Amino acid sequence: MPESVLTGASDETILDIRDLHVDYGYDERPTHVLRGVDLTVRRGEVLGLAGESGCGKSTLAYAATRLLPPPGLITGGEVWITGADDEKRDWLRLTDTQLRHARWSDVAVVFQGAMNSLNPVHRIGRQLTDAIRAHRPHTSAAERHERGIELLELVGIDPDRIRAYPHELSGGMRQRVMIAMALALEPRLLIMDEPTTALDVVMQRQILEQIADLRARLGFSVVFITHDVSLLIEIADRIAIMYAGEIVESGPARSLYHHPRHPYTAGLLSSFPPLHGPRRDLGGIPGSPPDLAALPAGCPFAPRCAWADDHCRTDHPHATKLDDGARDVACWKPLTR
Amino acid sequence: MSDPTSTSSPQAAPTTVAAAPATNGTFSDDLAPAPAMGRRRFLFLRNAKSILGLSIIGFFVVLAIVGPWIAPHDPNAVNPSASLESPSWSHWLGTSQTGQDIFSQLLVGTRGVMVVGFSAGIIATALAVVIGVSAGFIGGAGDEVLSMLSNIFLVIPSLPLIIIITAQIEGNSHLTIILVIALTGWAWGARVLRSQTLSLRRRDFVEAARANGERRWRIIGFEILPNLTAIIASTFINTVTAAVLAEITLAYIGVASLSDWNWGTILYWAQSSGAFQQGAWWWYVPAGLCVALLGMSLALINFGIDEFVNPRLRSTGLNARTLRQRHIRPRVGFTPVVHEVGASGDRTKARKEADHA
Amino acid sequence: MKNLARKAIFFLVTAWAAVTLNFFVPRLMPGDPVQSLLTRYQGQMSTDAIHSLYVLFGLDEQSSLWQQYLDYWGQLFRGDLGISFYQFPTPVTSIIAQTLPWTIGLVGVATVISFLLGTSIGAYLGWRRGTWADLLIPLTTFFSSVPYFWIGLIVITLFGVIWQVLPFYGSYDPGLIPYPDWMFISSVIEHGILPALTIVLSSMAGWILSMRNMMVTVSSEDYVTVAHAKGLPERQVMTGYAARNAVLPQISGFALSLGFVVGGTLVMEQVFSYQGIGFMLFKAVGAKDYPLMQGIFLIITLSVLVANILADIVYTILDPRTRKES
Repeated sequence: MPESVLTGASDETILDIRDLHVDYGYDERPTHVLRGVDLTVRRGEVLGLAGESGCGKSTLAYAATRLLPPPGLITGGEVWITGADDEKRDWLRLTDTQLRHARWSDVAVVFQGAMNSLNPVHRIGRQLTDAIRAHRPHTSAAERHERGIELLELVGIDPDRIRAYPHELSGGMRQRVMIAMALALEPRLLIMDEPTTALDVVMQRQILEQIADLRARLGFSVVFITHDVSLLIEIADRIAIMYAGEIVESGPARSLYHHPRHPYTAGLLSSFPPLHGPRRDLGGIPGSPPDLAALPAGCPFAPRCAWADDHCRTDHPHATKLDDGARDVACWKPLTR
Repeated sequence: MSDPTSTSSPQAAPTTVAAAPATNGTFSDDLAPAPAMGRRRFLFLRNAKSILGLSIIGFFVVLAIVGPWIAPHDPNAVNPSASLESPSWSHWLGTSQTGQDIFSQLLVGTRGVMVVGFSAGIIATALAVVIGVSAGFIGGAGDEVLSMLSNIFLVIPSLPLIIIITAQIEGNSHLTIILVIALTGWAWGARVLRSQTLSLRRRDFVEAARANGERRWRIIGFEILPNLTAIIASTFINTVTAAVLAEITLAYIGVASLSDWNWGTILYWAQSSGAFQQGAWWWYVPAGLCVALLGMSLALINFGIDEFVNPRLRSTGLNARTLRQRHIRPRVGFTPVVHEVGASGDRTKARKEADHA
Repeated sequence: MKNLARKAIFFLVTAWAAVTLNFFVPRLMPGDPVQSLLTRYQGQMSTDAIHSLYVLFGLDEQSSLWQQYLDYWGQLFRGDLGISFYQFPTPVTSIIAQTLPWTIGLVGVATVISFLLGTSIGAYLGWRRGTWADLLIPLTTFFSSVPYFWIGLIVITLFGVIWQVLPFYGSYDPGLIPYPDWMFISSVIEHGILPALTIVLSSMAGWILSMRNMMVTVSSEDYVTVAHAKGLPERQVMTGYAARNAVLPQISGFALSLGFVVGGTLVMEQVFSYQGIGFMLFKAVGAKDYPLMQGIFLIITLSVLVANILADIVYTILDPRTRKES
């Protein structure tokens, strides 16, 4: 099946992360949580980012937007983001003022757990529109109110709720408000960190459909972070798999899902039952998630990998292109199709 | 009034321990590096603030024991010819109006301060644990009554209450002062311990123990109390701080017995003899500084405990000099970038090249 | 509504507890302080005064404890707190009426200033954590560790004795007649500066430390990160998101620790011989004037309770979650 039919993406990159390194801890013995991550997202594309918890997928999202809390420290790399003005900027080299200016209008973030992402003491109307006020100071209060109502309608919430406080909304509604909030300045890129994890299955479905629908209408790109790979096949054009602070495999969603080349991807896929299609055996991955403070010398996955040999245990594999360049795999012994 | 937000007695050294469990954010798990958890257990004792605080307390404990023996003079000995002398070799901290040696009074007085402070602290903490933990554990009507009781004791101003009680007892001994301070000083600790017990009770391991039909006292003794250690320790520190302040204030206003020396007694005589009008700073400054030093050491221990319990307060192992050298300013919302792993000195790339070779 | 009813019950029960405590404390004391006083004031007391003493101290052997308790409540509702020994035969209520306004003026104003100032400074220090602002923490800890009255002594030494810039004795120039003209008012203000400064200096440290810790905790809340992600101006994130939420526990802390703070600040009146209710309490203690002591304790407790209700109202206004609770 030709993959290009599935992706609505153009070749224009909107996010280009190059060799990103992140540490936890400012002292002499930090934990290296991201170790040379490369990632690109094209315009209009939905990139799914998956991995076990602790693999660094959220860290990647927070580091790229410079929102990582202390003791997080970005030790190297570049994060090029194409702004609304078509200008490419390296967010790691922006001053505070430039960064504040670029935030939300170039990239908006939908955080995990909408319960804590909304300020409990302000009405949602104010929280929906305060970014507009900060970025477009010339707008009038009435215009912003209009826009707030428009945003709520966009995500299917009764505009009357604009005067509600967060605690008066249900969990699903709060998550919708977060999505509406992210769309306030019509950014070209949305980063969504486990946007559906805290919700029940029905609500999860609805939110996913909503995101897909909004993406089709507004044409933004999405980095969709989740630990649940089966969700990604529903929504993502491309999928990247992270393990121990590195991207071990990336490629077109469907082909990666059906024909994983990295043993870890294969293990991860078999830990989740597919929502649609034929059943497959639930396998899972032996061993425990890696301790980032004490990684083995070679491939970080080697201790849990059934195919690992001495080479894997001593030498660190780097990303190699397979399948005519459609797939990147960091493995010495990739699985065959 | 909402949840308590501080383990500390009001004002003494306010902190935010109890707020931590309630407000834990929902950043993805992988934002908190796992290995740090293993080191947590010993963090309290490795904390520089706690160690400094404990050392100062240790110093005062030694003084309380040996003070009366090493005092160069009899604190009560009157010497009219040496009235209001400023500090000298024979009187390190000068003399009072009646020629008493201030340094000896301080040394002798340390014992009273420490004995009353720590005894009252122990009794008040015991009360706080019994009342707070039972309120949190039994729940229901019993909880309502006990919480109401602690809130009442919190709202009633304790110092005036202590004053009217002690003023009506003829001849106050240390024991009465200890009991009165303890009986009025348990409420804050009980409140914090109650809310902490309440949150522990809902945790899986306690639920599991209940489901297994464990006896109540066993659950409290083996599942709940061990997890409250840090909070109990900080409650104790706070009640001791409050007790020391209350005791010294009582002595200062002349309610406590004046025949026993403590730092407050020195201040009482200094005030009533008009020491500051006569410029006799050596009479009242050292005693106040001793209270301050003791109070600060207790506060330091508490800072250590707070950082242990509420990781957000931990200064993230930041050594000011290292941060300055690396041009790091840690803050929320603007992750610092150091560009240390460049194209040439790149760890991963260096490794990749090594792999190729 | 349920919330409101709970609060009302709490305040009523606390008021009842304070009154009952006041009733029982003298009765539970060993010895017979009143009898010795009666001997001391032999012949100077009217039968009325002696009777009120009997009721206050439960020496009325004829009536049961329950009857005494009811009599005590009856006296309270008539606004009768007994007769002072120390300023015989002035009723305790009129002594309180003379002194309480001074205390509310000094302690009340200074405490509110201290809370507002301390909270603002603490918010700033918490926001600027990891910078030079951390250097202020040891100083703040020092101020929170020393007894209030000792700072008073130091302030008197510096401003009153060494530099001699401000008066440190009494609440107005003794040569003036209390009359609301400018001369009198300026004298009152002048005399209030040092005690107020002392109260602010000594109680502010606690508010600074607790607000700083709250700011540090709240700063890592998700909604603050969201505010940063939105690119809001730093001021707005600091005040509208971090401080706005950190101040809520600060206010409930304020309500709960008022009793503690007021106790400490009353001693300040003694240090400055300020003619408020605290100074009067210490005079009463010195003179073993039990009715006055009891009356003052009751009034202090009730005042703290009223302040608590006010703080609670402010909290309810600031936190929508308590308001809309159905």
